[in-house]
Amino acid sequence: MPELRPPAPPKRHLLSIRDLARDDVERILDRARSLAASLDREVKKLPTLRGRTVVNLFYESSTRTLASFELAAKRLSADTMSIRSAGSSVDKGESLKDTALTLAAYEPDVIVVRHPSIGAAELVARHTDAHVVNAGDGKHQHPTQALLDLYTIRQALGRLEGVRVAIVGDVLHSRVARSLVQALLLVGAEATLVGPPTLVPRGLESLGCEVSHDLDATADANVVYVLRMQRERMTDAFVPSLREYTTLYGITPERVRKGQLVMHPGPMNRGIEIDPRVADSAAALVTDQVRAGLVVRMAVLYDVLTAAPTPVPVPDRVEVA
Amino acid sequence: MLVSRNARSDSLTLEGRVLAPAQGIDESLRITVTGGVISAIEPGHAGSLVVAPAFVDPHVHLRTPGREDEETIRSGTEAAAAGGYCAILAMPNTDPVVDSAAVLGALHERARESAVVPVGFMAAISKRQSGEELTEMAELAETGAAAFTDDGRPVVSAGLMRRALQYSALTDLRLALHCEEPTLSRGGHMHEGAVSAELGIGPYPSSAESVMVERDLALASAESRPIHLMHLSARESVEALEQALANGVEATAEVTPHHLVLTDETVRSLDPNVKMNPPLRAAADRGALRDALRRGSIPCIGTDHAPHARQEKDVPFEEAPFGVIGLETAFASLYTHLVLPGELSLATLLERMSTGPARAFGLDEPRIEVGARANLVALDVDGEWTVTDDGFRSLSANSWLLGETLRGRVVTTVADGRQVFAA
Repeated sequence: MPELRPPAPPKRHLLSIRDLARDDVERILDRARSLAASLDREVKKLPTLRGRTVVNLFYESSTRTLASFELAAKRLSADTMSIRSAGSSVDKGESLKDTALTLAAYEPDVIVVRHPSIGAAELVARHTDAHVVNAGDGKHQHPTQALLDLYTIRQALGRLEGVRVAIVGDVLHSRVARSLVQALLLVGAEATLVGPPTLVPRGLESLGCEVSHDLDATADANVVYVLRMQRERMTDAFVPSLREYTTLYGITPERVRKGQLVMHPGPMNRGIEIDPRVADSAAALVTDQVRAGLVVRMAVLYDVLTAAPTPVPVPDRVEVA
Repeated sequence: MLVSRNARSDSLTLEGRVLAPAQGIDESLRITVTGGVISAIEPGHAGSLVVAPAFVDPHVHLRTPGREDEETIRSGTEAAAAGGYCAILAMPNTDPVVDSAAVLGALHERARESAVVPVGFMAAISKRQSGEELTEMAELAETGAAAFTDDGRPVVSAGLMRRALQYSALTDLRLALHCEEPTLSRGGHMHEGAVSAELGIGPYPSSAESVMVERDLALASAESRPIHLMHLSARESVEALEQALANGVEATAEVTPHHLVLTDETVRSLDPNVKMNPPLRAAADRGALRDALRRGSIPCIGTDHAPHARQEKDVPFEEAPFGVIGLETAFASLYTHLVLPGELSLATLLERMSTGPARAFGLDEPRIEVGARANLVALDVDGEWTVTDDGFRSLSANSWLLGETLRGRVVTTVADGRQVFAA
């Protein structure tokens, strides 16, 4: 009954990779690259979003995502405010809707939302006039992570079309994996999911990716993308032990083919899903990903604010490349 | 308008295409009701009205006692009247649970004051629905319980289920079963399949229902006791049911309008009003449910009308409670989505909403014959209306149909000889 659903929201928000077309992704990545060039200058701050307000509403602990959104907004001269669930009215039982309405009263231009429940960013978008960026909702989506990963791959390999990416580990609980698979397929890359049958949900292959339970499936990948293995996954019998998981799926130096690149969204469990020698090797792009996070999030903030219906005037100084 | 009535609410005439499938009636007639009883059936004019035996809903949550902010006996029965129902059965998962004659008696007292449409109250299978000790079934039956169910939760212990089947033989009442294996459904918020895999929503696999359906059919067979399977959702459950029926097990079953119309694809909207237990399943499951309804192996449509306060549903999908309302939209949603596209005949729909549930629970079947108590619904099958938040008689508005325009309006409902609804 697709006719029962509301139409896809316009792109004034970034809620899910599904809402994007290939052109949208390329526009954001190109913008990120030009912004990266501007960051090489002595004065790193751009006046682009002066007078704009970006609120970061984080219901889950986060280091790199929150830091990079804060810094991205500041680099674009926006005013920023970060609200964490701990110590806020959220602690007092305020609903997400009421928190959104309260924040909306300050008329922020952008609200960046991270929340443990799927659809939280969408709910905030429904109840406020702000542009909303999803910084992770439950196990659903983390679109800026996927975009920064594409950016990182494109910088490293010079292309995205035809690139083969093997995503290894706990796909079931990973919003990073879901967003990344969709983003890779959107830009013409190939994705293979690798992990134990209990952690790779059946049905994901309908997106157009390959699925394997054997780590050998990573052999011809250009990029091995390692997912974080949560320590508590034994309790629901997803795996019998971390030791057996590491034996079967841990990315060790012997398992990385010559020329392969290794990525990880962080935070890493060294010695579990990734061997420290791999994490610290030249093949690992982990810190490139963190740097990409800043410029891609700058580009995303810029992108949603230039979308209808309340565009910022396109400043001539942003195209510095 | 073809409906005319005098000052008394229990005398009126209804004219149109009279369709009573269980009696083999399909002709243009005028039905006169006098003093609550059908007094004359004469040739009449067909118009846009269809007149049929009124509906019976075997599965309604009236939220009373305990959550009268969500529904009361009055609001729930007004909703039933507006939906064309002449009788409904209410679930016992209230606060307190309907697990004693005292609670049941108090509900009967309240219903005598405020029920617009006759209501039957089911009692719990286990005390507090905790799945540990049986309720005093003989006394509950004596007090007038309509059936026994722990609906809202399964009877987890196979041993207790077996005892319940054995002991309930002291009564004429059957067990109505919510089939869910909790260790398989735990953490699940939607059907396990391609959509849950993509969205990352905790999966509730079909097997969580079907293994319990198979267990309960096996126990019913072994104990030679009848059972009613509530709100079936999965193809595997339908297969198990039909196999058991072929083997002579006495089982009835119901399916909801939402499981007949929607699939798990709808959950992509993340609308908490498409979250229910059991969850919306895949197209193949929906197809199996439609087939079983046509064949009659599923003889009942039950709404599983489950009101929830607005603030409880106005949250992210995974935080929202299960359940949707359905009394006021059941006919129109199925007429629009199944009958008009040719998936189901109008006659079969009417039979499964009326005679089927009445028979399953041993209630008086609504009949169109001179001398029968009038239990009639008049339907304007061409009438269009839009489902809106403020249009419900129910105190809650958690409908999966909000904003949708439907065909098929209930024009008049007569329940137990009284006109209880007029559009």
